[in-house]
Amino acid sequence: MAIQQITVFVENKQGSVVAITDTLAKHNVNLRALSIAETEDFGILRLIVNDEATAEKTLNDEGYLIKVTDVVGVKIGDAPGKLTEALGVLAKEGINVEYLYAFMARTEKHAYLVIRVADNTTAEKALENAGFHLVTKSDIEKL
Amino acid sequence: MEQRYYQKDIETMSYEEMKKLQSEKLVKQVKHVYDNVPYYRNLMDEKGVKPEDIHGIDDLHLLPFLSKADLRDAYPYGLLAKPLSECVRIHSTSGTTGRRVVAFYTQKDVDLWEDCCARAITAAGGTNDDVCQVAYGYGLFTGGAGLHGGSHKVGCLTLPMSSGNTERQIQFMSDLGATILCCTPSYAAYIGETLKEQGYTPDDIPLKAGIFGAEPWTEEMRRQIEATLGIKAYDIYGLTETSGPGVAFECSEQTGMHVNEDHFYAEIIDPDTGEVLPEGEKGELVFTSLDKEAFPLLRYRTRDICVLSRKKCSCGRTLVKMAKPMGRTDDMLIIRGVNVFPSQIETVLLKEGYQPNYQIIVDRVNNNDTFEVNVEMNADQFTDIASELLMMEKKLAGAMKTMLGINPTVHLVPPKSVARSEGKAVRVIDKRKLI
Repeated sequence: MAIQQITVFVENKQGSVVAITDTLAKHNVNLRALSIAETEDFGILRLIVNDEATAEKTLNDEGYLIKVTDVVGVKIGDAPGKLTEALGVLAKEGINVEYLYAFMARTEKHAYLVIRVADNTTAEKALENAGFHLVTKSDIEKL
Repeated sequence: MEQRYYQKDIETMSYEEMKKLQSEKLVKQVKHVYDNVPYYRNLMDEKGVKPEDIHGIDDLHLLPFLSKADLRDAYPYGLLAKPLSECVRIHSTSGTTGRRVVAFYTQKDVDLWEDCCARAITAAGGTNDDVCQVAYGYGLFTGGAGLHGGSHKVGCLTLPMSSGNTERQIQFMSDLGATILCCTPSYAAYIGETLKEQGYTPDDIPLKAGIFGAEPWTEEMRRQIEATLGIKAYDIYGLTETSGPGVAFECSEQTGMHVNEDHFYAEIIDPDTGEVLPEGEKGELVFTSLDKEAFPLLRYRTRDICVLSRKKCSCGRTLVKMAKPMGRTDDMLIIRGVNVFPSQIETVLLKEGYQPNYQIIVDRVNNNDTFEVNVEMNADQFTDIASELLMMEKKLAGAMKTMLGINPTVHLVPPKSVARSEGKAVRVIDKRKLI
């Protein structure tokens, strides 16, 4: 059920991120969402892309340190309080969120959340039971 | 100006007399070692040398060398020449079993070592009217104990501060009127800067001299320390293998260090052939302990590159002088006064589940050594959670601290990102300009 996130280790140097996005662009990979976690030492770039297989191969070939991680994708309404509602479900179940980020759909009137938890299945079940629509790999490709 | 010596008869002895004294001691020492240290007896037997072949210091070149590898093979008791019941102390360097040097001392060994340090303190102008602040680390490290003992022998009021806690160092220095400071040069520079920050000028503190060693430092750094602290800064040299600081010390002339050659005979050899080089030529420094009892190393190769000189010294001492070491013949680094071998880092990495792909970057910022280690991660160690990576860095730094005794800053880097030249990784980048 989960969607795949591509995580890239970014060295703390000027131009590191642009080199990554440039490589992906050259291979026709379209970014759906991204988030960066930065420390004083390094950055961690997290990407949701339209074509994860090409992105993975390209970055691997270029020598990047990457990891493909399963994350939970969930569709939420584009209205105040909707994010709180989704997170409330996880909190109620005692599920700890490592990090999350969100992006808007271009046409439909809703947003998508990308949530990183330790146990995807439990989180997905909880969200589905609460009436949320989960995002699949094919949803991402079609976006 | 009045010249003062701690042991004038020795320190100003004529060359001929010194040679005679050294020869007598050496003949006795070789016999002592041959009789009591099977490890060295074997080396002598292999070389076909008997104690009877050694008639004086001119025969020293016949004896086999000892190296760090021998210390490793013989660890911990293999080079001990006295029963443990006659030993009263050990000191040690940091490191793994193989790299760690454990040296043993009888009471007589401690005495002669402290005499050497007392000569150094006296040469720096120390008398029983002085207050001597010892800010070298106390413990297994030889720095604290050596200068502490020397200070006692001179009769100084000794402040056994150990290293660290700079606020307290300054408080004692100021309240108790320390006149002599003993520590590493980088710590002296740090104390100087802190004093300045706190609004002290050199006139506010009675400090007049400093005895600084255990790590390489430059003339430029000396001038800087002398200016910030308003003192004369003297160099001191030593190594745990021979006893500790005080093997050689600087006098008022500040043009090299007088070797306490009545106890430690210095030779310069060609590091490749082992051939003894004439005075004035650059080569590897080799020491022979002439009268230490418990841990008497004969012809120990220090790996320090150095030059000796018998040029007449204005201080009146006739003891041979050694220049500041100009480098090493091995890959040992001295960081914050601590000996660091790249192989120690390697050992930690393998133990912690990393590949031995790393790079050590050392620099000196504001007279303090910075120590960074870049470590390549394996692809499967990478995670998308930043805090986990930071924890991994912290854990590695902790393991290295345990091994080395000093704290590195660890950076995890991607695989194959450590610079390689001709396929061989560049393990050490030392940006310090020390020579």
